[in-house]
Amino acid sequence: MSHGHEKKTLRLDEVTIPRNHWWNTFMVAGAVAGVAGIGATFALGAADHHQLYYSYLTSFMYFLTLALGGMFFVLIQYAARAGWSVVVRRIAENMMATVPVFAVLFIPVVLGMHDLFHWTHAEAMEDPILKGKESYLNQEFFLIRAGIYFAVWIGVALYFYRSSTSQDTTKDLQTTRRLQAISAPAIALFALSITFAGFDWMMSLDPHWFSTIFGVYTFAGSVVATFAFLAVFSVMMRRAGLLGGVVTTEHLHDLGKLVFAFTVFWTYIAFSQYFLIWYANMPEETIFYRHRWENSWANISAFLALGHFVIPFFFLLPRTIKRNATTLVIGSLWMLFMHFVDLYWVIMPNHHKHGVHFSVIDVTAFVGVGGVFLASFAYLTKRHATVPLGDPRLPESVAFENF
Amino acid sequence: MARHKEKIFGVLAQFESSQDIFRACEKVRDAGYTRWDAHTPFPVHGLDAAMGLKPSRLPWIVLVAALTGASCALLLQWWTSAVDYPLIIAGKPLFSWQAFVPVTFEVAVLFGALGALLGMLGLNRLPQHYHPVFQSKAFDRASDDKFFISIEAQDPRFDTSKTADMLRSVGATHVEMLEE
Repeated sequence: MSHGHEKKTLRLDEVTIPRNHWWNTFMVAGAVAGVAGIGATFALGAADHHQLYYSYLTSFMYFLTLALGGMFFVLIQYAARAGWSVVVRRIAENMMATVPVFAVLFIPVVLGMHDLFHWTHAEAMEDPILKGKESYLNQEFFLIRAGIYFAVWIGVALYFYRSSTSQDTTKDLQTTRRLQAISAPAIALFALSITFAGFDWMMSLDPHWFSTIFGVYTFAGSVVATFAFLAVFSVMMRRAGLLGGVVTTEHLHDLGKLVFAFTVFWTYIAFSQYFLIWYANMPEETIFYRHRWENSWANISAFLALGHFVIPFFFLLPRTIKRNATTLVIGSLWMLFMHFVDLYWVIMPNHHKHGVHFSVIDVTAFVGVGGVFLASFAYLTKRHATVPLGDPRLPESVAFENF
Repeated sequence: MARHKEKIFGVLAQFESSQDIFRACEKVRDAGYTRWDAHTPFPVHGLDAAMGLKPSRLPWIVLVAALTGASCALLLQWWTSAVDYPLIIAGKPLFSWQAFVPVTFEVAVLFGALGALLGMLGLNRLPQHYHPVFQSKAFDRASDDKFFISIEAQDPRFDTSKTADMLRSVGATHVEMLEE
C-alpha cells in the first residue's frame, strides 16, 4: 500500500465472541422464539391446515433462501479467488452452515404435502395435463429429489465450513487451493439444486403453470436478501466490536453495491418472466399473473414492483448511501422485508385465490422458523472466529480500498 | 523576444515515491492551495482524500443523462406507436408500456454511458493537446517512476519563492518554474 496502513495481525481473542456478550441472547431468544413460534403455528393452524402449511412454507422458503444465498456467496468468492470479501466471508459461512437445520424444518412441508400440493391427490391425475406431468410430479420422486437437494446442500455446506474453520488454526494454503478447485463444480450443483427446489416447492403449488426462468427468479431473490443480511450483520457485529476492527467502510460499500446490483438483477429476471408471458398471452401461462392482478393481490403486485425495485434503486444509487453504515442498514432491512413480500406474493395466491388474507399464522411461522435460523446462526458464529483467521488473502481483504 | 517577460504558469515539484507525494499532498492541501494537481505514474490509493478533492459531479451528469434517455425513448415509442401511426399488434393496447421497457432501458443506458464519457472529458477539460507541465524535461518520468505536484500561479496563495520553498520543505527533490 502506498500510505499509512499499519500492518495488523488479528489475534483469536479479538474475533471471538466473549462468554457473557449480548450476542449469546440471540441463541436463547432464537430458541425460545423457534419453539414458541412453531408451536403456536401448529396450535393455531389445527383448524385450518391449508393456512398452516402455506404460512409455514413461506417462512421456510424465506430463511432457506438466506442459508442458500450464504452458500452461493461463499462458493463464488472461492471461484473468483476474491480478496476483498475475506473479512465478511465467515458471516456467510455461518448462514450456509445452518442448512442441516432446514432438513429438519422440511418435515412439516412433507407432512403438509397434501394440503400444499394439489398434484399429490389421486383425482388430480384425472386431469390430462397433470397426467402428462406425472413422471415428474409424483410423491416418491418429489421426496427423492428433496433428499438429493439436502444431500447436496449439506455436503457442500459442511465441507466448505469445516475446511474454512479448520484453516483458522492450520493456516494451510492447500485448504484454499482445494476449496477453489471444487467451488466451480459446487456452483453447478448449487444452481441445479436451487432451480429444481424452486420448481418443486413453489412453482408446483400451481401444477398447471410453468415458467422456465422460475429457478433463476428464486435464486435472484435469495441473493438480494443474502447480501442485505450480510450488510446488516456486518454493521451490527462491527459496532459491537466482534469483527476485530477489520471490516471497514470499503467492505460495507462493496456489500451495498452487491445489494443494489442484485436488486436490479431480480428486477431483470422478474420483468423477463412477466414480459414473455404477457407477450405470448397463452392462458396456461398468464393465469399466474391473472391471480396476482385480481382484487387486493393487485396492490401487492404493485407494491412489489415499487418496493423491490423503484424505491431501493433510487435509494441505493448514491455512493454516500452505501458508504454510510446507517443508511446501508436501512436499505438492507428494507430489501430483507421485500424478499418476504416477494415470496408471499409467489406462494400465498395459490391458497387465497381471491384476495390477500393476512393471518396471525403468517407471523407465528415467521417467528418460529426465523427463531430457529437465528439461534443456529448465532450458535455457529460463536463456535469459531468471526473472521477467517487462516485465510491467505486476509491481509489483502483488510487493506482493501475502493477507488 | 517580442514579450518582455513570459507569463508564469506555476511551479512543478518532483517527488521520489508515492509515500512522499501522499504526505506532500496533505501539506499542500492544509496550506490552503486550491488550484493545483498531482501527477502519478499509477493510481495512488487515498490520494483524492489527501488532496482534499470533493466528490466528483459526474454521477449527477450520468443520472440526468440516463433519465433524459429513458424519457426520450418512452416518448418516441409512445408517439410512433400510439399517436403518429397507431397499429394494433397482437390485440394489445396501443400504448403497451410492457413492450417499451427494453428500449427505454437500453436508451437510458446508452445516454448514461455517453453522459459519463462526455461528462468525464468535459470535467477534465479534455482533449487538451498542450499543457505547460510538458515543458519540463523531468516531467517525462511522470508516466514512469516519478511523482509530481504542480501549483498554478493563479492560485490566490501562490508566491513564486514561498511556494517553491514550501514544496522543497515537504520533500520535493527537484522544483522548477513553468511558463504558460
